[in-house]
Amino acid sequence: MAQDITAEQGPDSSAYLSVRDLRVHFPTGDGLVKSVDGLSFDVERGKILGIVGESGSGKSVTSQAILGLHKGSQAQITGEIWLDGQELVGASEDKMRTLRGDKMAMIFQDPLSAMHPFYKIGPQIAEAYLVHNKVSKSAAKKRVIEMLDRVGIPNPDKRYNDYPHQFSGGMRQRAMIAMALVCDPKLLIADEPTTALDVTVQAQILELMKDLQREFNSAIILITHDLGVVAETCDSVVVMYGGQCVETGAVDDIFYHPEMPYAWGLLTSMPRMDRTRQERLLPIPGQPPSLIQVPRGCVFNPRCQFKDRVGGDSCTTVRPDLLPTPGGSAGHKVRCHIHPDERARIFTDEIQPSL
Amino acid sequence: MIRYIIRRLMGAVVVTVLVSIVTFLIFQIGPTITKVSPAYYYVGKVPPDAAGIKALEHRFGFDLPIPQQYWNWLHGVLFGRMVDDGTNAPIKCAAPCLGYSFRQHVPVTHLIWQALPVTISLAVGAAVLWLIGGLAVGTISALRKGSIFDRVGMTLALAAVSLPIFFTGPLLLLLFNYKLHWLTNLNYVGITQDPVQWLKTMILPWIALAFLFAALYARLTRANMLETMSEDYIRTARAKGLSRRKVVIKHGLRAALTPIVTIFGIDFASLIGTTVITETVFNLRGLGKLSIQAIQSQDLPIILGVTIVAAIAVVLANVVVDILYTVVDPRVSYS
Repeated sequence: MAQDITAEQGPDSSAYLSVRDLRVHFPTGDGLVKSVDGLSFDVERGKILGIVGESGSGKSVTSQAILGLHKGSQAQITGEIWLDGQELVGASEDKMRTLRGDKMAMIFQDPLSAMHPFYKIGPQIAEAYLVHNKVSKSAAKKRVIEMLDRVGIPNPDKRYNDYPHQFSGGMRQRAMIAMALVCDPKLLIADEPTTALDVTVQAQILELMKDLQREFNSAIILITHDLGVVAETCDSVVVMYGGQCVETGAVDDIFYHPEMPYAWGLLTSMPRMDRTRQERLLPIPGQPPSLIQVPRGCVFNPRCQFKDRVGGDSCTTVRPDLLPTPGGSAGHKVRCHIHPDERARIFTDEIQPSL
Repeated sequence: MIRYIIRRLMGAVVVTVLVSIVTFLIFQIGPTITKVSPAYYYVGKVPPDAAGIKALEHRFGFDLPIPQQYWNWLHGVLFGRMVDDGTNAPIKCAAPCLGYSFRQHVPVTHLIWQALPVTISLAVGAAVLWLIGGLAVGTISALRKGSIFDRVGMTLALAAVSLPIFFTGPLLLLLFNYKLHWLTNLNYVGITQDPVQWLKTMILPWIALAFLFAALYARLTRANMLETMSEDYIRTARAKGLSRRKVVIKHGLRAALTPIVTIFGIDFASLIGTTVITETVFNLRGLGKLSIQAIQSQDLPIILGVTIVAAIAVVLANVVVDILYTVVDPRVSYS
């Protein structure tokens, strides 16, 4: 099997979180589900990394693996996850428990189902603070009310005693953010934080997250399938497909010089208001790959319209490596067999005009 | 909240009155189908001639219109009344008068007051046992789904549901009373009189009854726990860094408990008057035993009284469940 070139490197010292060759496999009755298969990336303090990909590409599984939420389940996890100099894949559940919520926290997609329906919002947040801080309940309450105020909930001392169903969707997500940030974690993973929200509220929540990130200088992983959100908020991007990173780079690289046919497909299927309107959006033909029988060769090959641009049958037989793009900016890497010059030509001639 | 409780209680009173009307009617219509004078079901023997029967029925007021009869009965429940079987002097039946057993020459209320503590002792003790056992086994089974514990536990549960008390009861007696002599001299006394003797007498009936229900509750808890443990808020609780115990009990079990509360309320209430077999096997003079004896001797006032008491228990339990529900699930509104 092809190795990522980054796999052999140690953790990047400047990164707060380094993921190296992460594999998360779930044995099932039908076979081994390879949800994440050889993923590597780094996030620094004060930066936002976007992970994009369609449903089932392994985004959420990755985030839960970082938090160690698969521990105690059937999942087989290999590779390395370095958080601030600590390796997490081999860490015990007890060790992970002390890190969860304290050094790294998570914001979930649907704040209504992510909060316990039977407990009041304030105490739910205070609970997260009290696990990691030896303080009195009243001190925790004071801290929670401060946080609720900080994330923009009006009358936080009164809303402290509301139940989740008494909050609006946007308010609930603000409360979730307060819950995630209450222990001042240096890594925040936001798993589709705006997907369940109104578009107007989405912008507010993203703005809030950016503000808080500047304030706390934390590292953020933003998991989304919304490229608009990525363009607006992220510094760098990992494009995931079939459990692998197929292209990664700075946000401008991905949006202005994408090289992987899947990234092209994502961009052409995205509605854009800042360009001339087209007749219709171009979907990527076909279905996401089965994670049990991952296609041989390049994972994207069954849906790739450009595999005839590669001589021979390497697309269907050889897994392409994640390689730096020649002449591209640092950190821009692509997993594709098409020759870089040919990729550049296809992009300028065939893709860019339709964006 | 207070207004909600008052409204629910008022509703319960209405339902109770309706239940009493229906019950009363059924017991009035019954004799017209069997073509036996209702007086027979009151005193056990009737005069041989039609005129004698008529006179007896007149004394009981069976010749009055049925609404009038119901009113007299209800009046007795609320304020007491005089009863008269025509052979003795009229007897004062104090409120709440649920009738008078002319066979045993005691007010039905008196019999029920005697039997109720036994049945309540049985029901409460068994309920505590089956809740603890059922919830514990169900929770552990859910957390270790597919493990040996889960499989053995659920198989036992299936077996327990299908084992009737007239099998498990005598088995327990055989073992602990006759063979091991651990629990002998089993005679019911009130908990206030002699708590040790009370406990000694009740423990086997509790186990027999609880065994049956614990099995059901174990399966129910397991199913509910499996569902709640896959909820998003459990993931949130874990992501906060909570201990496993807190995640399971405070977040998981707490949510899984809601539907169990409902079913428990009804199950518990319906025990009043339906623990016939347990009481018979263990020779406890509770409501079940009282009613089965009344049925055998066709002592209608007792049957009517026990039926109404059992119905009230179910209605009350429903009110308690509704009120508990607003505590258990804050999303349920009071209005």
